[in-house]
Amino acid sequence: MFDLLVLLIPVFPLIAVLANGFFGSRYSHEWAGRLAFGSVGLSFLCALGVFASVLTNPEPRVVIAYSWFFGGNLSVDLAFLIDPLTTIMLLVVTGVGFLIHVYSVGYMHGEEGFTRFFTYMNLFMVSMLLLVMGSNYVVMFIGWEGVGLCSYLLIGYYYEKVSAGKAATKAFVVNRIGDAGFLIAVFLIFSHFGSFDYTTVLSQASSLSTEMATAITICLLIGAFGKSAQLPLYTWLPDAMEGPTPVSALIHAATMVTAGVYMVVRNHVLFDMAPIALTTVGIIGGLTALFAATIGLVQNDIKRVLAYSTVSQLGFMFLACGVGAYTAAIFHLVTHAFFKALLFLSAGAVIHSLGGEQDIRKMGGLYKKIPITHAVFLIGTLAIAGIPPLAGFWSKDEIMAHAFVHGYYHLYILAAIAALMTSFYMFRLTYLTFYGQSRVEPHVAKHIHESPPMMTVPLMILAGLAVVGGFLGVPPEHGWFHGFLHDVATPLGAEVHTVEMGTLLGLMGVAVAIALGGWGLAHYMYSIRPQMANQWAEKSPQVYTTLLNKYYVDEFYDRFIVEPFKKLGMLWDWFDRHVLDRFVNGIGKGTDISAEAITWTEKHVIYAGLNVVGYSNHLLAWSWRKLQSGMVHHYAAIIVIGLAIMIHLVVLWFAGSSSAGSSMY
Amino acid sequence: MQEELSFSFPILSFLTFFPLFGALVIWGLNDQKLVRKATLGIAGVEMTVAALMLVFFVPDTAAMQFSERHEWIPFLGVSYHLAVDGISVLFLGLTAFLTVLLVLYSWDSVTLNPKAFFMSILALETTFMGIFSSIDLIVFFVFWELMLIPSYFLIKLWGPGEDCHGAALKYVLYTLLGSVFMLVGFCLLSLNYFEAKQVYSFDFIDLLSVPIALSDQLLIFWLIFLGLAFKAPVFPFHSWFPHALVQGPIQMSVMFAGIKMGTYGFLRFSMPLLPDASSNETVVAILMTLGLAAVVYGAIVAIIQPDFRRLLVFSSISHLGFVVIGLFALNFQGIQGSLLTMINLGFSTAGLFFLAGFMYERLGHTDVRECTGLAKKMPLLATFMLIIGMASIGLPGTNGFIGEFLILLGVFQAWWVYGAIAVTGVIFAAAYFLWFYERAIFGPLKDSLPAVIPDLNTREWAIGVALSVMIFWIGLYPSPFLRMINGSVQAVVERLEPGTAIAQYEELTYPPTVMKN
Repeated sequence: MFDLLVLLIPVFPLIAVLANGFFGSRYSHEWAGRLAFGSVGLSFLCALGVFASVLTNPEPRVVIAYSWFFGGNLSVDLAFLIDPLTTIMLLVVTGVGFLIHVYSVGYMHGEEGFTRFFTYMNLFMVSMLLLVMGSNYVVMFIGWEGVGLCSYLLIGYYYEKVSAGKAATKAFVVNRIGDAGFLIAVFLIFSHFGSFDYTTVLSQASSLSTEMATAITICLLIGAFGKSAQLPLYTWLPDAMEGPTPVSALIHAATMVTAGVYMVVRNHVLFDMAPIALTTVGIIGGLTALFAATIGLVQNDIKRVLAYSTVSQLGFMFLACGVGAYTAAIFHLVTHAFFKALLFLSAGAVIHSLGGEQDIRKMGGLYKKIPITHAVFLIGTLAIAGIPPLAGFWSKDEIMAHAFVHGYYHLYILAAIAALMTSFYMFRLTYLTFYGQSRVEPHVAKHIHESPPMMTVPLMILAGLAVVGGFLGVPPEHGWFHGFLHDVATPLGAEVHTVEMGTLLGLMGVAVAIALGGWGLAHYMYSIRPQMANQWAEKSPQVYTTLLNKYYVDEFYDRFIVEPFKKLGMLWDWFDRHVLDRFVNGIGKGTDISAEAITWTEKHVIYAGLNVVGYSNHLLAWSWRKLQSGMVHHYAAIIVIGLAIMIHLVVLWFAGSSSAGSSMY
Repeated sequence: MQEELSFSFPILSFLTFFPLFGALVIWGLNDQKLVRKATLGIAGVEMTVAALMLVFFVPDTAAMQFSERHEWIPFLGVSYHLAVDGISVLFLGLTAFLTVLLVLYSWDSVTLNPKAFFMSILALETTFMGIFSSIDLIVFFVFWELMLIPSYFLIKLWGPGEDCHGAALKYVLYTLLGSVFMLVGFCLLSLNYFEAKQVYSFDFIDLLSVPIALSDQLLIFWLIFLGLAFKAPVFPFHSWFPHALVQGPIQMSVMFAGIKMGTYGFLRFSMPLLPDASSNETVVAILMTLGLAAVVYGAIVAIIQPDFRRLLVFSSISHLGFVVIGLFALNFQGIQGSLLTMINLGFSTAGLFFLAGFMYERLGHTDVRECTGLAKKMPLLATFMLIIGMASIGLPGTNGFIGEFLILLGVFQAWWVYGAIAVTGVIFAAAYFLWFYERAIFGPLKDSLPAVIPDLNTREWAIGVALSVMIFWIGLYPSPFLRMINGSVQAVVERLEPGTAIAQYEELTYPPTVMKN
């Protein structure tokens, strides 16, 4: 029963993919949509069943579907591992995924590619489920690349837009760089353990040397940084906003981009053995959190602000991994899934109601016209900014407190500044979108309308989760969430820090002060003195344009990575056409010439030689004796010479029978 | 001794000569429509028989199966000896499969003397079948050389390129030159056998039983290498390849890109017959270098190609580099992955050539600078190109992944540095394919394109579906295919253990009889 439930989880969306993919054009959009979200809903119900079972029996269980490929000392099963970590991911992926699917039916209503959209979305669900459920690295890799493919397809959904196509390619190729790292890590793991199974690898991890553990984890990190859009591989994620907004919510906020975090936590045993890798995770996470937040401060596209915010929040999760707070990382992953999906979807509702407008300079004053969207967006903002008692407060505070208590003060400071900026840019976004004077273009303003219930109901549910989701992890470090994940996410050799209550409360106070500080600043700049932001921008134009242009990182990559490779391709193509090919043609010409030489020889030497037949007989006898010497090398020489002459004759024939010799090249 | 299983029906002779017989039959037909129907029927029967052969093939063993042996030239030890094992069996199926698709593809796209064209295709099928089923070196060589005749005419007479005559000639001379060296190598093997047994033999199974000195092995290895490498083509001996595949007809490109005779030859003959040379450090270092160079060189050159066919040529060279490094990783996964990849290329790269053909027929070219936004007009083409392209770049769930993953795993276990370099090929592959896809398929429709571009018709749709089915079958449930090849792969790996062919032949046991995976 349990096995069946587990197997059914990815099967339901797969059925929907096949049905909509093959026969979607035979029935109405309505049915395609029902099939799409219904299948995910069924998966969610199965996931709940699995969750109930895991609650009573948290031991890891492996469910084998079938033997995938094998040979020699290798055997890879298509198999699933169910433990508390997987269960949490399953609930998030199917639960949030279900809500986003329902919302999408409303959002995508009337689109020409409606069925195509849901085929890709369901395929994404299948891949993501394989990613989190796989019991070995290879099955995880199916999901790992599968989500990349679906992300590619969905970013390129509006394929007629040149920018969408470019963004899609970029996303896939940058992800592939990460995937290559992941592959190397997997090969290293197999070379050392002779197995791909988590249970084998993680239970024998102590046999690794520190160097090997470092090598493996650094390669895994390259994969994680690609998929989860961390420095220096984050550039694809902001561009990925070319996809429809539900895609941004599902793939580029709630699920796929968190795969890297999941992977690190899944392999935390390896990371615990590699201090260098852990330090790297923490620092990259902290820097990304800060770096992306600074860009988020000045962006004017509602989705881009949220995209940079996602990069930044993922940085928080990696920072948590780096300081050994794996449970907090997953906790933040869960709460982030709630509030970031909420923010993206409500941003989508805003865009929807404005007929496609994404520029926040052309919004403002919307709170009266779309009150429900406004309310849920505000809840999302409060949650991400870290205003207690909403979800984001608890998870973010826990990460920062953990960093502080364990002595990672530099990371704490990075995180604190990033948190301040987060609060600021989110409230900036809220103020510019919903409050103040309306800057909506008049012809758009006439049509502003609240979204249909198909969209608002999921929003309200997500808003509810964003409000109460944090209580799963209360009190910090000792909540239900921590107990549930204790066996799978506790770092090796973790010391029990007895921290005074006062310190924790003090840190909470600081966190609240940071959140409120960002809010206050945003309130002052965008509500009380709205012209102030522009004045600042004019005062220091270099800073502003650098931020607005995202530190010119894309330009840098284009110039120093993409272009050189294209130039190299051009160079080698030239080499292929003009050196290799010429060389061969040269040999061809050479044979022409030698063919003529042979003809000449035939006339002047061989016929002349006929005159000395007696001598030749002598020669022949001598060479025959030589032939019998039994030396393979001599045979070789003789046969090669003989055949070379044959070839020359063939060429001669060609040259003689047609003008091929000259027309050939 | 090599175990051999015979079969009550000479199925391999049937598979080899039935297409030729069919070609003679359609020679006598005059109605064009009847000709193509008859050709499809012949190719269909051939494929059915090939499928039956796969069904009757005993998996998990290294035994030679469906063996047929008749004396041919006794005093030279040449016998008409056909048999298949795990290494060759899938190639027969692939050849039969692709030939059916080729006939479907050529249904009404060949206007110049279709009868001769279909006859050439069937004759080509005969030679391919002969190449993969013969295990006597001379019989093999005969088919190897005969293959040049139909392919020469196919390129020369039906090539759409302006320079198809030059391409045909270059192809024939280039590969002929290589096969001369190969023949010398074969003769030396037979002479070596003569020294030990006082009789000549060109029979693969006989030749396995005599020891060969390492220096001779090396000499013979390089002679055979030239023949195989020119045909494969292994970098840097590929200069006929772009010529022939871009100038020649799509049908020929499909066969060249899809059926990897050259690398098959390494696995069939070079590695078992010359195991010490094949595992010699210098040889391995050279082959690995050439393979890795091909992987990176092919992929990077492919990135900037505006012509889809030329892009596919270099993609093919890159994939072949993967096959070479997998073979010379000399371990189970490497060889298994290479063998599977050779088969996979018959669905992925060859499939993309079919799609290039569909584009060519509609647009008159395959140049990405002149066509953008094809998804709007040809959603089916776009879908199939995505599926087959993803198989080509090794996305998990498709056949390409299993092959490439096994190769990389094998290489990584042998020399991790080589493996790490080869992994970059995976990134470049994504770059060249997706960049092309983005420009040709995505984007706004180019104004200069014809106003009406029909999407794939039923025949073309069937080709795409057939390829996709194979891609997902091998990608998701490769078990039946792996069981067919694993026994023989294991035998080759054991054969490659140091010293097997230098040792006294009394001790030789090639291969162990029945294998378990």
